Amino acid sequence: MAAAAAGAGSGPWAAQEKQFPPALLSFFIYNPRFGPREGQENKILFYHPNEVEKNEKIRNVGLCEAIVQFTRTFSPSKPAKSLHTQKNRQFFNEPEENFWMVMVVRNPIIEKQSKDGKPVIEYQEEELLDKVYSSVLRQCYSMYKLFNGTFLKAMEDGGVKLLKERLEKFFHRYLQTLHLQSCDLLDIFGGISFFPLDKMTYLKIQSFINRMEESLNIVKYTAFLYNDQLIWSGLEQDDMRILYKYLTTSLFPRHIEPELAGRDSPIRAEMPGNLQHYGRFLTGPLNLNDPDAKCRFPKIFVNTDDTYEELHLIVYKAMSAAVCFMIDASVHPTLDFCRRLDSIVGPQLTVLASDICEQFNINKRMSGSEKEPQFKFIYFNHMNLAEKSTVHMRKTPSVSLTSVHPDLMKILGDINSDFTRVDEDEEIIVKAMSDYWVVGKKSDRRELYVILNQKNANLIEVNEEVKKLCATQFNNIFFLD
Amino acid sequence: MGEEDYYLELCERPVQFEKANPVNCVFFDEANKQVFAVRSGGATGVVVKGPDDRNPISFRMDDKGEVKCIKFSLENKILAVQRTSKTVDFCNFIPDNSQLEYTQECKTKNANILGFCWTSSTEIVFITDQGIEFYQVLPEKRSLKLLKSHNLNVNWYMYCPESAVILLSTTVLENVLQPFHFRAGTMSKLPKFEIELPAAPKSTKPSLSERDIAMATIYGQLYVLFLRHHSRTSNSTGAEVVLYHLPREGACKKMHILKLNRTGKFALNVVDNLVVVHHQDTETSVIFDIKLRGEFDGSVTFHHPVLPARSIQPYQIPITGPAAVTSQSPVPCKLYSSSWIVFQPDIIISASQGYLWNLQVKLEPIVNLLPDKGRLMDFLLQRKECKMVILSVCSQMLSESDRASLPVIATVFDKLNHEYKKYLDAEQSYAMAVEAGQSRSSPLLKRPVRTQAVLDQSDVYTHVLSAFVEKKEMPHKFVIAVLMEYIRSLNQFQIAVQHYLHELVIKTLVQHNLFYMLHQFLQYHVLSDSKPLACLLLSLESFYPPAHQLSLDMLKMLQSRLKTTCFSIQYSAFLNSETSVCEGAPISHQGNTVKNMLLFSNRFLETKL
Repeated sequence: MAAAAAGAGSGPWAAQEKQFPPALLSFFIYNPRFGPREGQENKILFYHPNEVEKNEKIRNVGLCEAIVQFTRTFSPSKPAKSLHTQKNRQFFNEPEENFWMVMVVRNPIIEKQSKDGKPVIEYQEEELLDKVYSSVLRQCYSMYKLFNGTFLKAMEDGGVKLLKERLEKFFHRYLQTLHLQSCDLLDIFGGISFFPLDKMTYLKIQSFINRMEESLNIVKYTAFLYNDQLIWSGLEQDDMRILYKYLTTSLFPRHIEPELAGRDSPIRAEMPGNLQHYGRFLTGPLNLNDPDAKCRFPKIFVNTDDTYEELHLIVYKAMSAAVCFMIDASVHPTLDFCRRLDSIVGPQLTVLASDICEQFNINKRMSGSEKEPQFKFIYFNHMNLAEKSTVHMRKTPSVSLTSVHPDLMKILGDINSDFTRVDEDEEIIVKAMSDYWVVGKKSDRRELYVILNQKNANLIEVNEEVKKLCATQFNNIFFLD
Repeated sequence: MGEEDYYLELCERPVQFEKANPVNCVFFDEANKQVFAVRSGGATGVVVKGPDDRNPISFRMDDKGEVKCIKFSLENKILAVQRTSKTVDFCNFIPDNSQLEYTQECKTKNANILGFCWTSSTEIVFITDQGIEFYQVLPEKRSLKLLKSHNLNVNWYMYCPESAVILLSTTVLENVLQPFHFRAGTMSKLPKFEIELPAAPKSTKPSLSERDIAMATIYGQLYVLFLRHHSRTSNSTGAEVVLYHLPREGACKKMHILKLNRTGKFALNVVDNLVVVHHQDTETSVIFDIKLRGEFDGSVTFHHPVLPARSIQPYQIPITGPAAVTSQSPVPCKLYSSSWIVFQPDIIISASQGYLWNLQVKLEPIVNLLPDKGRLMDFLLQRKECKMVILSVCSQMLSESDRASLPVIATVFDKLNHEYKKYLDAEQSYAMAVEAGQSRSSPLLKRPVRTQAVLDQSDVYTHVLSAFVEKKEMPHKFVIAVLMEYIRSLNQFQIAVQHYLHELVIKTLVQHNLFYMLHQFLQYHVLSDSKPLACLLLSLESFYPPAHQLSLDMLKMLQSRLKTTCFSIQYSAFLNSETSVCEGAPISHQGNTVKNMLLFSNRFLETKL
C-alpha cells in the first residue's frame, strides 16, 4: 500500500488566463516499405490535414521513421510509443507489420497576459497522459478495421490505391469525432458497461436470442443491449469492445435526437396482420412499406486474426432494447427478409423491453440507491471489460461530461499508470486538493478508483471508508441476483 | 395401417370362461370383476373367475330354479343368489360358519326385486321396482337386518362400486336419476337430477335407456355419462356423450360434452381417465381427455376426439391346451362383435367366446398421431405409464431428423417442469407440516404420491440431455440453446438447478472454445455458484485465464452465503500467499485450498458487474 500527496494541480487561476485544450495537429499513416525506391511520398498512405505541403509531409513522416528506427536500437521489440516535445506529443502505433499510425497532439495551452499586456503562451507539457492518447490511437485502428478490415486485406483486394481510398474515406470523417480534450481513463479501459439484470430476465433474453437466430436462420451472431449497456454478445470480446464503442458513441446518439423530437414515432399498426410494436431499424431500411427501400447495412469485419469474417450489421431497436443481428456478407438481406425480421422481432422485442424495464425498476427500488452517494468511482475489470463510472455523467457524440475536476481525472490516470508498471495487486491513496482523496485499488485484474470528499480526514479514516464502501455500497449498486 | 398405429388394445391375458350356452349361464359382477359360469342352475357346478385370481373358485349348489343374479360379497365372504323376483338366497363362504342357505324376502309388499349390490363384505342393497332396501348380513346368525330403506318408483338401476353409488331411474320418461351413496352402514340420498332428453319424433315415446347411461370415476371425480344419440341442437347431427359431474356434496352438474360426429351404435369405456367410445358400425374407437383444453361456452366444455378414430389392435385368440402343441395358427378374434358386452370402467366381455378383457391404451403410437407437442405433453402427463414415453418424446424432438423448433421445446420443458414443481411444492408443504407436528393431529396429511409424470432433472439429464450433447452432428448453437431453454424453464418455476446441468453447459461451451459466452453466463449468475463448479472453473484456467477470477468470485459468493466465521482473518491476511493458490493448488485438497482462495479473493470486496 502506497500513499502519496500530490500537488493540487495548477493552483488558483488568474481571471485573465485563457485556456486551450489539447488538439489534434496531424494524423498520418505510412508504410516505410513503400517508399525508398519510387520516391518518399509513396510511403504516405494517409495524411491529415491534407492541405499540408508535400515536402513537410515527407519531412514529418521521415522524422517519425527515424525516431522509431533510432529507439529500436535500444529496445528492438518495443520501439518508442510516444515523443514528448514542448509544444506537442507524438504517438506511434504499428497495428500491422510495417504499417505505422502517428497522431500528433498539441499540448494544452495557457495564455497569460504579461505585465506589458502582451499575451504569453505557456505549453503544459506534462498534462497529457501517454496511455490515454496511445489508447485513442489504437482505437482509431480498431474502428477502421471494424468497418474496413485490415490494411493488408485492402492491399490484397486492390493494392495501395484501394487502401488509400479506404483510409481517406474512413478517417476523413472519423477524425472529426475524436474530441481529444475529453479523453480520459475510460479511453484506456475501452470497457463495456453491462446492464445489471436478474437471472430470470437474463434467461428470457437468452431464449429470445436463440429463437430469433433459429427463425432468422441466416443470422450468425447476435448482440443485445439495453439502455446503451450490453447484456449479451455473440461476438468475441475484442470485436464486441469496438462494436460497443461504435454503437454507444456513434450510432445510438445519432438516433436519440429524432426519438426525443418525436419524429418517426414508430408505433405502427398500419400493416395488416402486423402486431403493434415499437421496433425499427437503426441501420438498413427506414420505411418498410416503401417498395424501393434500400436494404443496405454497414459491413463489419470480425475475427480478423483467424477466420476473418465479413458481416452485415443489422441494428434493430424497440424502446430501450437494441439487438444487433450480424449476417454473413455473402448473403444479401432483401426487403422481404427485413419485413420478416420486423414482424418476428418487433413484437417480441417490444414485450421483452418492457419486461426488462419493469424488472430493472423493481431491482432499483429494492436496492434503494436513489440518493446520490458521497463518493464517485470508476470500476474496470480487465477480464470481462466490465466498466462502470459514476464520474461520467453521460456520453454524447461530442463530449463525455465528467462531474469532477480535470485535475482529479489526471490523478486517476497517474494511478493507472502506476498500476500498469507492476504486476502485483496494490492500493494507492492520494490526498488531492481541497479535502479530496483519491483511492486506487488493483486486485486480480480489476481496478477501482474512488474519489472521496471528506473534511479533515486522515489516511486511516479514508482507508476505512473505502473498505466500508466496497463491502456495503457496491453490493447494492451492482445489483445482480 | 401399421401395427404402430393402434392405440387401443385388449389385454394379453384375458380371463377365460366357459362360453354361454343353453345349459351354461354366465354372469358378471362389476364390484368384484368376477365372471360366474353357472351350469344347470349350479347343480353341475359354478366356476368363478376374477382378473387377479390365479385359482378359480368352484363349487356346486342345488338347482332351485333359474338363477337371475349371482354375486359374492367383497372378499368373497358371502354368496348371494337371486332366483325369484321376491327373494335373495345367501350362502356363507366363511370357514367355521354354516354353509346352509338362508333367504331374505324384500320388505316392500308387492315389490319385485330388480337386482342387488354388495356394498361391503356384509352389507347388501336390494333394488326393487318400488325402492331400495339396505341390509346388513349376519352370517353367523344366518339372517339379515334391515338398516334403511327408501320408497320410490324405480325403472332401472346402476351401480358404481368404486364410489359406492347407486343410481336409480325414476319417472315415466326414466330420465330423473336419484343417486344414493353407501358407506359403513349408512345410506345417504344425494340430490336427484334430470337428464335432458333429445327431441324425438312425436310417434315414439322418449325415454332414457339404461344402455345409454354409464358411471365412471374420471380424474378422481364421479361422472354420469349419457350417450345422446341426437344432439339437441339441430345443426349438428352426430351423437355426443354428455358428462354430468356427481360431486360428494352438492348438485349434479352438466360439465362436458364429447362430440362424436357420427351416429350408430356406441359403447363406452373409461381407461386411464380417458373416455373411450367404441363405434360398432365403423369398428373403430375414439378417445377423449376431459383435462385437455376444449371449447368452453360458459357452462359446458366441448371436446373433440384427441386422436383420429382407430380400431382396437387386432387380437389373436391364444391357443391353449393340446392345440398349442400342434402348429395351428392362432385364430383372429372378431372385434366389435355384437356379442360384446362392455362394463365400466375398462371391461369388455365376449360371452359367446368366453373371454373377459381389460381394455388398455398404448402410448407409443400416440406420439406420432398427435403432432402438436404441447397437446401431446398435456395428454401424456395425465397418463399412468407415461415416463418413458415422455422421455422418448423429448429425445425425439431433439434428434436430427425430427428436430422441433425452440418455442416448441420450451413449451415441452415448461410443461414437464410445471408438473415437477407441483410435486416439489406438495413435498415441501408435507415436510413442513410433519415438522410442525401436524402429522399426528391431522389424519388427512398424506405424503404426496410421486406419479410417473414427475420428471426431475436427473431423469431429463440421464435419458435425454446427456445423450443429446454427445451427438456430434448437432450444431453446438442448438445444443446450447436447448440447455439454456431447460435451465430457463427450471428457473421460471423456481426450481434450483442441479450443478450437473451447469457442468453440461460448461462442457459444451469449452468443447467449442466459447469461453466468452461462458464468461457472460457466469457474469449474470445463470450458472449458479457451487463448489464443484468453482473447482471446474479453476481447472479451466490454463485454457482461459479469466476462469481463475470467475472461480474465486464464485467461492467468495459461496462463502459469504455460508457466513462462515473467518471474518477476522480476511483483512489481516491481506497479503497472504497468492502464489500458492494461483499456481494450481491441487483440487483434491479442497478444504484447505478453498480456504486459502477465500482469503485471497476477499482482499477485494466487490461484486462482479
